[in-house]
Amino acid sequence: MKNIVYIIIGILFGIIMYKSEAASWFRIYEMFQFGSFHMYGLMGSAVLLGIVGIKVIKQKNIQPLDGSDMSLEPKDKSVTRYLVGGIIFGLGWALAGVCPGPMYVLAGAGYVSILIVILGALIGTLIYGVLRKKLPH
Amino acid sequence: MNILYEPWPWYVGGPLIALVLFLLLFAGKQFGMSSNLRTACAAMDADKLSDYFNYDWKSKRWNLLVVLGAAMGGFIASHYMSNSAVAINSDVAQQLATDYKITSAGEAYLPSEIFSLEALGDPFNIAILLLGGMMVGFGARYGGGCTSGHGISGLSNLQRPSLIAVLGFFIGGLIMVHLLYPLIFG
Repeated sequence: MKNIVYIIIGILFGIIMYKSEAASWFRIYEMFQFGSFHMYGLMGSAVLLGIVGIKVIKQKNIQPLDGSDMSLEPKDKSVTRYLVGGIIFGLGWALAGVCPGPMYVLAGAGYVSILIVILGALIGTLIYGVLRKKLPH
Repeated sequence: MNILYEPWPWYVGGPLIALVLFLLLFAGKQFGMSSNLRTACAAMDADKLSDYFNYDWKSKRWNLLVVLGAAMGGFIASHYMSNSAVAINSDVAQQLATDYKITSAGEAYLPSEIFSLEALGDPFNIAILLLGGMMVGFGARYGGGCTSGHGISGLSNLQRPSLIAVLGFFIGGLIMVHLLYPLIFG
């Protein structure tokens, strides 16, 4: 039963990414050229509503439906890994014009070429796994 | 009917992204799309290469299910809810055509110059896609998250690490588009 819930949430997410054009290479490029408010409005309004909603969840101590704890643990403190990792991610985001969620959305939409990007992302993850202990975090 | 077929403006898409964040929170999970890359590697026995992949990946199977759904959503939206032509700022479209001979803005969802099956005949395009994907995968795991995990979840939870990561995303993206694109595609 719970499996179906995750798939339905995924379908919703996929439709939103495609329809809002967050999965479009052109929108990513346009964003980095500051050519439109679209992507900034998309992320900005999501974050604004997210901040308000999470504040309410914390204040009223609202629990997930299955009674477990909310997955809102603070992230580990560091600068290096977030900044360096973030910059490398940004380089790839702008080069391939796609980030991890929309990759799968585009695969479902039938863009065969995106499978190469997904393969690259898996290789990149493998490389990180192998090098992890040598990298500053 | 039009709202189903036309592209959604940011003020429709943004709140819906927040809805996905809350749906996952109420299911006991945190919105983040790149952790599935680690899950997928672990599921393919990558633990032989690094103990980074030696963990109980079955407990994270949910994020592979979200990925499966996302692909289904992409199929539904592209086939039944869109004409898949993305109109962008006309100056940016013009610049793409002039500088990089990418003329499919306004006609396609992804530039056919890079993503079409014919374009795959050129090893240059394959290298671009592979390298871009590798940096996305490596960067997302090194940086501990991507546009959704840091950009939406982390910022919504007022996490300073996420703000640093998002800053990094933009530094990297701006370097790529403004400094490296002319060298790569020019």
